[in-house]
Amino acid sequence: MSETRTGRVIGVNGNMVAAGFDAQVMQNEVAFVVCGSDRLKAEVIRVRGKSCDLQVFEDTAGVRVGDRVEFAGKLLSVDLGPGLLGQVFDGLQNPLEGLAAGHGFFLKRGVYLPAIDREVVQEFTPLVKTGDRVRSGDRIGTVPEKIFSHAIMVPFGLEGQWQVVDVVTKGTYSRKHVLARVRDEQGETVEISMVQTWPVKIPIKAYDEKLKPVKPLVTKVRIIDTLVPVAVGGTFCTPGPFGAGKTVLQHKLSRHAEVDIVIIAACGERAGEVVEVLKEFPELNDPRTGRTLMDRTVIICNTSSMPVAARESSVYTAVTIAEYYRQMGLNVLLLADSTSRWAQAMREMSGRLEEIPGEEAFPAYLESRIASFYERAGLVRLRDGSTGSVTIGGTVSPAGGNFEEPVTQATLKVAGAFHGLSRARANARRYPAIDPLESWSKYKGFVPEAQVAKARFYLKRSADVNQMMKVVGEEGTPALDFVDYLKGEFLDAVYLQQNAFDKVDESSSSERQTYMFAVLEKILDKAYVFSSKDEARAFFQGLRQVFINWNSSEFMSEDFRRLEREIAAKIG
Amino acid sequence: MDKVYTEVIKIAGDVITVEAEGIGNRELAEVRSRFGVSLAQVIRMDGQKVSLQVLSGSRGISTDARVRFLGRPMMVSFSDDLLGRVFTGSGEPRDNGPRMTGEMVPIGGPSVNPVQRVVPKNMVHTGIPMIDVFNTLVESQKLPIFSVAGEPYNQLLARIAMQADVDVIILGGMGLKFDDYLFFRDTLEKAGALPRSVLFVHTASDPTVECLLVPDMALAAAEQFALKDKRVLVLLTDMTNFADSLKEIAITMEQIPSNRGYPGDLYSQLAARYEKAVDFKGAGSITILAVTTMPGDDVTHPVPDNTGYITEGQFYLKGGRIEPFGSLSRLKQQVNGNTREDHRAIMDRMIQLFADYRETLEKLSMGFQMSAWDKKLLKYGERFENELMDLSVNIPLEQALDLGWQILEDCFTPQEVGMKLALIEKYWPRK
Repeated sequence: MSETRTGRVIGVNGNMVAAGFDAQVMQNEVAFVVCGSDRLKAEVIRVRGKSCDLQVFEDTAGVRVGDRVEFAGKLLSVDLGPGLLGQVFDGLQNPLEGLAAGHGFFLKRGVYLPAIDREVVQEFTPLVKTGDRVRSGDRIGTVPEKIFSHAIMVPFGLEGQWQVVDVVTKGTYSRKHVLARVRDEQGETVEISMVQTWPVKIPIKAYDEKLKPVKPLVTKVRIIDTLVPVAVGGTFCTPGPFGAGKTVLQHKLSRHAEVDIVIIAACGERAGEVVEVLKEFPELNDPRTGRTLMDRTVIICNTSSMPVAARESSVYTAVTIAEYYRQMGLNVLLLADSTSRWAQAMREMSGRLEEIPGEEAFPAYLESRIASFYERAGLVRLRDGSTGSVTIGGTVSPAGGNFEEPVTQATLKVAGAFHGLSRARANARRYPAIDPLESWSKYKGFVPEAQVAKARFYLKRSADVNQMMKVVGEEGTPALDFVDYLKGEFLDAVYLQQNAFDKVDESSSSERQTYMFAVLEKILDKAYVFSSKDEARAFFQGLRQVFINWNSSEFMSEDFRRLEREIAAKIG
Repeated sequence: MDKVYTEVIKIAGDVITVEAEGIGNRELAEVRSRFGVSLAQVIRMDGQKVSLQVLSGSRGISTDARVRFLGRPMMVSFSDDLLGRVFTGSGEPRDNGPRMTGEMVPIGGPSVNPVQRVVPKNMVHTGIPMIDVFNTLVESQKLPIFSVAGEPYNQLLARIAMQADVDVIILGGMGLKFDDYLFFRDTLEKAGALPRSVLFVHTASDPTVECLLVPDMALAAAEQFALKDKRVLVLLTDMTNFADSLKEIAITMEQIPSNRGYPGDLYSQLAARYEKAVDFKGAGSITILAVTTMPGDDVTHPVPDNTGYITEGQFYLKGGRIEPFGSLSRLKQQVNGNTREDHRAIMDRMIQLFADYRETLEKLSMGFQMSAWDKKLLKYGERFENELMDLSVNIPLEQALDLGWQILEDCFTPQEVGMKLALIEKYWPRK
């Protein structure tokens, strides 16, 4: 299917174009709709007899019946190679900086730029020699990229055993230069350069096996790490009504999580929020590496007013890049905000295809699509014995804040941790607004389980007493119950809540969390005797005041020590 | 090019279908029938069958109506002559003035490249403490007012517009009552702001399809002013009417509805408009203030719900006051760190205490005994409502913050307020 195959537009409905063709087409192949001087990228999504339906990744204004359609003969793919880190792409992997340089303020349709500049020269260090036997995913050499040694790997699509025919010596080469050639038993030869392409909807599986995620991923958000932890290579979802702080929470994770690389997929959300990341990250230092956060970040941004079909592909573009870095033995965190917009993109297209709708008009394949996306996360053992991981965290924006809706429910079935944000907590300015009682995690954290169980007990107890108080009033509540209530509220105020705008409090290291929690345990364990409820309340208010100051003091600093002594004196 | 077709094969709702060749998607046409001429826009093509939505409605269109395609999409003309003028949704003069001349710009253009945006950093002062202190409005923000019908949302919109420091005001009125249109026009005139305003007004009695064009016309004009370094404020009222028009057309086109009859792309449609709010790197800005009426005060209704996910917060207008709960300005953090050091602390703590006050009110209504703490909260809540929440209050930010401290001091001890020591030492009023 190498010759150019063409067709003609026979219908237009929003971003769906129907095309008639003579030769053959392939499901999900890329096609271009030629509209005047613009060539609009599209994907074949349904074939019926001699016509096929294309979802166009651009605005279709001006497309006419009879316009030419060119079929490209390949699936929607992305470029993988050095030069991805620090970049901002749209859902089709167009570099946005490049588009801005060429076309100014607005996104011009039909303009596609290469994601990786092939002309750049880089120093290549070979790791194989002529005659070596290699398989897909094996490293043939490395090039430096930011703080990493970026592995150049045998293309993931090659099957079976291959032999290195020749390989260049250490030196600087352009990214399109052929670095090595490999040959299989049938005598087929493949050239390898720094860049390979991979179809986004197919997982990269050039590893030995997938392992169970067990190691906690330190996010430095106390409520997550302690109560509902995430594992390296695991999945988690963050559903919440608007205004509950989903995006703020994701931004915190993207800054502080202890991983090598962060991929941010801003999928159908506000452009302004992406801009904040864009402007902040190059200024912020990653304490682990001393370089800016941007150096470890890739942003895929297909915001809400950008074409809908490209929104659907953006999460796949993001996860493919994540898998690529996993193949190098790195730990990657993919944050998708929001998977509901991605699901809505599927719904829009399904509606135009006039498919029989499922619940809330979402297509019947919604669940399987969500499941197969989250399943691309995982901790894997690579062929050289090292491990790499992709951890996926997706936000969900349920209609009306109601978790019963299809996208939330489909996500809960496959996610390893559920961080449900509640409007009540957000309204009370209790941030992060993760509901400590509703949320759950299947992973183990680093704070000892017995301590966490105790915290959970008091949170539950406190909520129960609070509920009861609404019926019988404070005066009808036994003194002991009232103290339990105050303990839970105290724990919430000083530990679960975290001030995102306090330089120290915004991120809590695992050592600090463990340390703090031991102090909290003492406070929770103690049996207090108060003469009145007002006295009890005043006591905890006073304790909270000191604790909040403690939270914003540098760990193990003089201030920290002083406040710790003050707390100890208060609890006696 | 100007071929005329005279055979309408289908009329359903405001959508007509003709058989034609070589027509571009979203192209404009002129439909001439016995009752006059109307513009129409191509919305779907299937082979030779071209479906068009008729801007002034399909009433009176006969099967032999003359349809002439214009070979161009919907456009708005742009020049400084626009200022001070009033137009309909399809761009016809509503003020007996001359027709628009000048550079023609297509409406509903492409979205701004995210890397060409800047992080907004200018506060918009409104003199309303519930906005300035608790949910600061920021230049280039997109923010709707959520309320039920009958609340003074148009008054609030007009008041913010009058007090905000902007270069150009563009009003997009959708399904506006005629008196509301006159209210806006008169208010702008009285304040002397009309010469720097442009009005695109669709009233409740105008054809539905025109309503759909209002936001695009208003925003396309705004974009041109912004590119010329102007700070533009766009007022859109009421976006629920816009969404309802979308619903009407979608159902006419036999699209599968997703939620309460609204089309599945409601989110994308609303986002395409709201996302026009922008602060251009090296040029002007567009700030969008909209009104979204909530049928039955239900924030989970598809229109407010989808809007909330798109906009950068919302002002929740209830009982003639901006409710602190449910109201949110997502961009406030961009500016309230540079106003006064106590701004954020006052904002957070006063709202937390107000939440406690609401709980106490509940207890009170159930006849429970009030503890000493409850009594303090009651005193606090009442002062908060009267001195900060009331919409008639019109004071600058600094004064509002001072008033906040004063109220706290009158009701609580510093320990009960529980803020960082440094702030308490500096701002706690001394007698």
